[in-house]
Amino acid sequence: MATVLADTKPTAAAGNSTPEAVVVRFAGDSGDGMQLTGGQFTLSTALAGNDLATFPDFPAEIRAPQGTLFGVSAFQINFGSTAIETAGDAPDVLVAMNPAALKTNVQALKPGGLIIADSGEFTKRNLEKAKYEVNPLEDGSLAKWDLLAFDISALTLESVKPFGLGNKEALRCKNMWTLGLALWMFDRDRAPLVEWLKDKFRKNPVLADANIAALNAGHAYGETAELAGPLKKLQIDPVPSAPGLYRTVTGAEAVSLGLVAGAQLAGLPMFFGGYPITPASAILHNLVKLKEFGVTTFQAEDEIAAICSAIGASYAGQLGVTSSSGPGIALKGEAMGLAIMTELPLVIVNSQRGGPSTGLPTKTEQSDLYQAVYGRNGDAPLPVIAARSPADAFDCAIEACRIAVQFMTPVILLTDGYIANAAEPWAVPDPSAYQPFPIEFLAENNNPAGGKVLPYKRDAKGVRPWIKPGTPGLMHRIGGIEKAPETGDLDYSPAVHQLQTDARKAKIDGVASAIPPQGVELGNTTGKLAVVGWGSTYGPIVQAVRRARAKGQDVSHIHVRHIWPLPENLGDLLKGFDKVLVPEMNTGQFKTVLRDQYLIDARPLNKTSGQPYTIAEIEAAIEAMLA
Amino acid sequence: MNDMTPIAVQTTLKDWETDQEVRWCPGCGDYAILKAVQRILPEIGADPAKTVFVSGIGCSSRFPYYVESYGFHTIHGRAPAFATGVKLANPELDIWLVTGDGDGMSIGGNHTMHLLRRNLNCQVMLFNNEIYGLTKGQYSPTSREGTSSPSTPLGSVDHPALPCAFALGSGARFVARGFDVSKELGGVLKAAHAHKGAAFVEIFQNCIVYNKDRFDDFAAPKGAEASQLWLKDGEPMLFGSEKSGGVKGIALDLATLSLKVVDVVDGDWQAAGVIVHNAKNKAVAHMLVEMPFGPFPMALGVIFDDPRPTYEDAVLGQDVKAREGKVADLGKLLAKGQTWTVSGTAADPV
Repeated sequence: MATVLADTKPTAAAGNSTPEAVVVRFAGDSGDGMQLTGGQFTLSTALAGNDLATFPDFPAEIRAPQGTLFGVSAFQINFGSTAIETAGDAPDVLVAMNPAALKTNVQALKPGGLIIADSGEFTKRNLEKAKYEVNPLEDGSLAKWDLLAFDISALTLESVKPFGLGNKEALRCKNMWTLGLALWMFDRDRAPLVEWLKDKFRKNPVLADANIAALNAGHAYGETAELAGPLKKLQIDPVPSAPGLYRTVTGAEAVSLGLVAGAQLAGLPMFFGGYPITPASAILHNLVKLKEFGVTTFQAEDEIAAICSAIGASYAGQLGVTSSSGPGIALKGEAMGLAIMTELPLVIVNSQRGGPSTGLPTKTEQSDLYQAVYGRNGDAPLPVIAARSPADAFDCAIEACRIAVQFMTPVILLTDGYIANAAEPWAVPDPSAYQPFPIEFLAENNNPAGGKVLPYKRDAKGVRPWIKPGTPGLMHRIGGIEKAPETGDLDYSPAVHQLQTDARKAKIDGVASAIPPQGVELGNTTGKLAVVGWGSTYGPIVQAVRRARAKGQDVSHIHVRHIWPLPENLGDLLKGFDKVLVPEMNTGQFKTVLRDQYLIDARPLNKTSGQPYTIAEIEAAIEAMLA
Repeated sequence: MNDMTPIAVQTTLKDWETDQEVRWCPGCGDYAILKAVQRILPEIGADPAKTVFVSGIGCSSRFPYYVESYGFHTIHGRAPAFATGVKLANPELDIWLVTGDGDGMSIGGNHTMHLLRRNLNCQVMLFNNEIYGLTKGQYSPTSREGTSSPSTPLGSVDHPALPCAFALGSGARFVARGFDVSKELGGVLKAAHAHKGAAFVEIFQNCIVYNKDRFDDFAAPKGAEASQLWLKDGEPMLFGSEKSGGVKGIALDLATLSLKVVDVVDGDWQAAGVIVHNAKNKAVAHMLVEMPFGPFPMALGVIFDDPRPTYEDAVLGQDVKAREGKVADLGKLLAKGQTWTVSGTAADPV
């Protein structure tokens, strides 16, 4: 484990003066046509408008030896949704066309930034030229950043094959291929570039077509591989303020680590049943590498089997976990009902994406809140927790595990595409700071009368015992049919269903007394306006509220982790404000919950473009509410 | 089942009965299957504490409530997925999966396939009554063409699925057939239990209400000899008797590479070319499960039995290997990768 002592780095990295912009640096060999492309970019007024700025970085040598460190040429583009003041900030994304380009540019990249590397160029010879002893793509030395490595050269050659270019000419289209990929990742329009290429190569339409084909192929690659852009980083990049050890962590990593920590705190092995889906698959990929923590992973045949296997494992005494995104969560609904009915612990992670149906697989949205809170047949309450950021996802995952095992209930943990893929600096937590919540399985007959075991005998919190099959003398049967109190025998008489429905509800309501009271992130606990957020809108809300407060406005930020049940003091807290604004990346789902629970006039601020909120949008809404 | 130390727990049939009122229709074939299972469990030395019955939804899936062991009545079609989680979480548990033709072949067909292909060590009992009973008589995926039912008043038009052919096609390493009231059923179930890996048993079951006596062609005592081919490993495929119209056998027609029925004269089955059953011969197993009833008898007993490593052994073996020499140090895990230290106070706090 390498520890870099660089106390100024995080501060510098977060010092981007236009936090809603993304800086991408393309670096390659000067012979790759990098300069040409970069130069054309700066000269092209069509592209250098107010939402794009470029910054060419030429090597001193015009024809430096190929593949060498001093032969690296780079240009930088600042994509931004507001006016760009400079293109010179530390890049968020580095496109490295060869090892030398990586070596000379990677240190400028923000921690948690994204590296896109052309693995086809990381040959033994090129590595030597760049003075790398081992391939940096493979030795973990880039762990501080996100890494995407694939053979861009080969992919480019394939894409321009129909045009019959020479190998060298064909490879020059690599820039356009990577640019196409970047355009996909940052949701930028290809049309101006296509026009620019047509114009630039008007005397050689084949070359124009080849470049356009490469551009389109790179774009299509991003789409097909469902690569999500790291656009969100900038919105949630907190400046690490407290001294200590830091690392970068993505939401998917933090969820995985939190689940492992949760299982450890419960003293249980973990069983993870998953089925591949964007953007949730990364959790499966992470957990499969953590077997020494008692983790067993199972890639099931479908979403339903994934959750059912996890419930089976919980039934058998492990901590069952499953994970998916909206469409998969929909498929899991019936099984969640069974876990509610059989009162077995289970953690369900939903990395939300735009919907309905397939929707926007790579884009973010918070539109599964209704699904999480209400989306099952019957009266089927379960606790719902929402993470606000990649780092927060760690604590939330632990919290989900704790509630699941302490209350014998499935728990939904909501993250989203934004949190799952984003990396942010994270103060490495000390595991001993977390209170363990060890589990006790029923070992002896709990029937005071000495008859058969009572699997549905509830304790003071309304929680039934966890009984592992294999335990002598405690044989019993459970299932999805309504059951008599205590014995769990089939019974769907009217009085029993009323009683058990009430008991299940009361148990989940009772979770509210086992969670911390709601605090205020910024501002006073009473006042004119409370901006109430949940999930990944944390970054833009906190910054917008800070700016508004700096202007003297009476506004507070409240960010809710426990979506269901809500913290016991939340109603009173909200009633201390004249107005309540709820910004969400949906059509107003949490707003509805708040109105329903507290009969307050919570006002919605909604966005469903698949794009995160900008600070300015929330600032404007605050202005309007206080006007 | 397990190849661990013999459990050898002493129980009686009574020990496997629960205090629950059995709620199947009077005369339902499920009663006979329940009794057969309760009869063999003491014979195989099963331990009630380590036995788990997992079922889906349907008449047959009520089964766990009536067996005094651990039991999990799950959701429609998904029992194989639950069983997979249970077994991976605790491989010492002996799992009996109870499903039906609707549960296991229709809504849960996908899970059945994957459980068999993975070869999870458990017994799969698929009660095939060729009808949806619990939902009041609609045709099922195994119903014969032309089945008139509330949902197909003009007769069903789809071709029925053959559960055993499906199982073989899915990669099952043990495929057997029996029927509810057969005296041989217990033996078939014991063979399934003795097989380490997924053991698939199709049990024809009489739905007294919605599909009465559907299997009488071969299951009725009368004419049984001539219509039932009970397969025994290492023995010739003979059926019928002098009384039933002659001893017959199954032979291979070399010209068409298909099975045929041949007459056996004076007991000389070799001369008639009758095949000796080899339970490891998958090609013949395929032909046996596809034999059309009528021209051929119904193939019953252990049709295919050729074990290979189980899923849970592979998964958990890999887990053990991956854990070798590694210490589960959470603190180290959290601080993995490139880290940096912030000293002193930084700029504006967020």
